[in-house]
Amino acid sequence: MTTVFYISAAIAVVTTVLTITRVNVVHSLLYFICSLLATGVMFFVLGATFVAALVVIINAGAIMVLFVFVIMMLNLGPQSADREKARLKPHVWIGPGLISLLLLIELIYSLVTQRPAETTAGRVVEPERVGAALFGPYLLAVELASMLLLAGLLGAYHLGQGVVKGIPAAISHTWAPKSMEKGS
Amino acid sequence: MATVPVEAGFIVAGLLFLTGLVGVLVRRNILFVLLAIEIMLNAAGLAFVVAGSYWQQPDGQVMYFFVLTMAAAEVAVGLSLVLQMYHQFDSLDVNVMNKMRG
Repeated sequence: MTTVFYISAAIAVVTTVLTITRVNVVHSLLYFICSLLATGVMFFVLGATFVAALVVIINAGAIMVLFVFVIMMLNLGPQSADREKARLKPHVWIGPGLISLLLLIELIYSLVTQRPAETTAGRVVEPERVGAALFGPYLLAVELASMLLLAGLLGAYHLGQGVVKGIPAAISHTWAPKSMEKGS
Repeated sequence: MATVPVEAGFIVAGLLFLTGLVGVLVRRNILFVLLAIEIMLNAAGLAFVVAGSYWQQPDGQVMYFFVLTMAAAEVAVGLSLVLQMYHQFDSLDVNVMNKMRG
């Protein structure tokens, strides 16, 4: 099981790096789904079976399908990929990359110098305990999460309605670019 | 029984988080920025689950559930804003809207 964890961790890291370096957004999305599935395997090895199912069903299933729908609606042409390719020059990513590398070195240093390695995995936190915690001490937080989802639904509905070429109905009274105002 | 050092889980979570951070800093296409934000949220959730598995408590998984809920709401609103932006500016480049009015 340890080997499975390390293999899926390597897959997750490699596919995530590929996600942020692709120029085509669909390729990027597919690599991110691979990364999510590898994360799901890691959760399973760590004994978090409930979350492993959740990440496959909701994250890799529902949220990524939302991305696919939006990409289909936008109908991006090949010139978008060309523009992205032109953007990904070394002088663009070398600064943020070095800073993040420093942060990573700090993180790993502080992790390995803390205390002797203790172990996890192999022992399962059963889904019954997670469910009991969700509907026991965290009941109010679950209700708040449902309110958050409702707010997300209403926000997406309000912003998504009346998308026409030009000024969208939902936000035209507060915010519109100058070129549109001049044209109409 | 097989064991995984808890440091390994945290290091993987840190690697994934920093990859997402580089994605937000480097990419200019708003779809890639949203994907990188998803990567960072997922990495934070991974750290929660590793910690929960280390202490044998369900709270880590409960926190991942809330992170997932938040990610779903954020993606729904964010993607509808992306659609509005595309119809307004005919571009997904965040640099086209770097000026405020007023």
